[in-house]
Amino acid sequence: MRQAEIRESVLSATERSSAETGELSDVQRGNRYNDARQVSRHSEVGMLRAAWIIAAKDLKIEYRERSAIVSAVSFSILGITLFFFAWDPTGVSSVDLAPGVLWVVFSFGGLLALHRSFGVEQPTRAIDALLAAPIERESIYLGKALANFVFVLVIQLISVPALILLYNLPLNGAVPMLCLVIGLATLGLIAVGTLFSAMAVNTRLAELLLPLLSLPFFVPIVICAAQSTAIMLSGRPVLEAAAYLKVLVAYDVVAIVLCTLVYPYLIEQ
Amino acid sequence: MYAGVSLLNRAMKISKLAVFALAAVVAVYIRAIFFTPIELRQGLAQKILYIHAPAAWVAFMAFGLVALVSILYLWLKDPKFDLIAESSAEIGLMFTTVVLITGPLWAKPVWGTYWTWDARLTLTLFMWFIYVGYVILRGAVDDKAMRARYSAVLGIVGAALIPFIHVSVYIFRTLHPQPVLMKPDAPSMPPAMTVTLLSSLVAFTVLYIWLLRDRYKLAVEREAAADSLSLGA
Repeated sequence: MRQAEIRESVLSATERSSAETGELSDVQRGNRYNDARQVSRHSEVGMLRAAWIIAAKDLKIEYRERSAIVSAVSFSILGITLFFFAWDPTGVSSVDLAPGVLWVVFSFGGLLALHRSFGVEQPTRAIDALLAAPIERESIYLGKALANFVFVLVIQLISVPALILLYNLPLNGAVPMLCLVIGLATLGLIAVGTLFSAMAVNTRLAELLLPLLSLPFFVPIVICAAQSTAIMLSGRPVLEAAAYLKVLVAYDVVAIVLCTLVYPYLIEQ
Repeated sequence: MYAGVSLLNRAMKISKLAVFALAAVVAVYIRAIFFTPIELRQGLAQKILYIHAPAAWVAFMAFGLVALVSILYLWLKDPKFDLIAESSAEIGLMFTTVVLITGPLWAKPVWGTYWTWDARLTLTLFMWFIYVGYVILRGAVDDKAMRARYSAVLGIVGAALIPFIHVSVYIFRTLHPQPVLMKPDAPSMPPAMTVTLLSSLVAFTVLYIWLLRDRYKLAVEREAAADSLSLGA
């Protein structure tokens, strides 16, 4: 009752002030925007712009909450330290061990991020608001994927140096190529994982189904990324990794295009 | 008494196609065991080829059909395609299981090991995992239309994944024998073995068609029963 009164007075005040200045107030602009929205479902924001807004929203939530990123980073480093004891350090050198550890830990750490991606929308059914928004469906997928990509990159930004430090790895000037491999592989992991995250949240076995569906799709990525990381860390010529890098690039292109195309079919009513 | 009659009734319902498929499989194995020469170096172990290869053939055919009808479903929205995909995926999974069991049994005496991480073995194993995921996904979604859409999407991206697994493991390493039948020059098997292998492929294809048809009928009946139940409630 009280609130309604306040709202009325604010509205009339803004109308008065806009009558004086001849400009539209924010409230009026908002009303006009809502009217325009009901007329056409087609968006005034482009697909990529909408994707960017959704990604920014997700990243803002992650930044404010911080507990997810902190636990994902701790999980990765914990995984790295745990794996060190899985082999006899006198039998297997840490340079041989590191690439495999890195990519197994990342694929599981990535799953944590992916599970949150659509899971965070679930308790309040915020996804319905996204679906009702006048934007292309593809941009929801692209926005979620972009936010996941940044999330996993932040995990890697901390856990890769931690791995190099803890495993005492010689870098052999491999840093730029290593960044390239990490970028390409993360893109592939995220592209398919985001699609399955959207699927898994609506099933009865969400926590189980996401890894079950995603891990077979991570196989080509883990093989290529781990092998090319191994080639780079051991200081062998980069050309030896060329075949693996080509597969990674092809995988990324196919995964992004295909998943963007099929995502709208998941939510079609 | 009544149970006996209904059992008889059910037995009478076995279709001509079923009889034909089973007879073809029996005929192929009679030929394979008694009328096909024993391989010189591998001995009797090589006979498992006549189960292993046609099962792999049917598995690939079944999963290919899943991808095809999945695309058709998303395009035309006909529930029929969803039920075909469901049936074909389950049968494909069954035949992949046969491949994964007969493969190691054959590999042990011939290669000296049950399992190697060769390109085609790894591919088959992960193909099995993809379609186990597919079947579990179908069971985990209650809404019929949503289940159909989700599994169609998985059927499509799953098929797109297979070449990538193959290429990446192929670069990793490979040990599997190179193709012996479908290659540019003449098959490197004696004609008697080739005929047996080809007829096993035909027999398994008929077997697949019969299983697919019956599994599809079952799916249609199940959907009809679920519809009549929900109407009654």
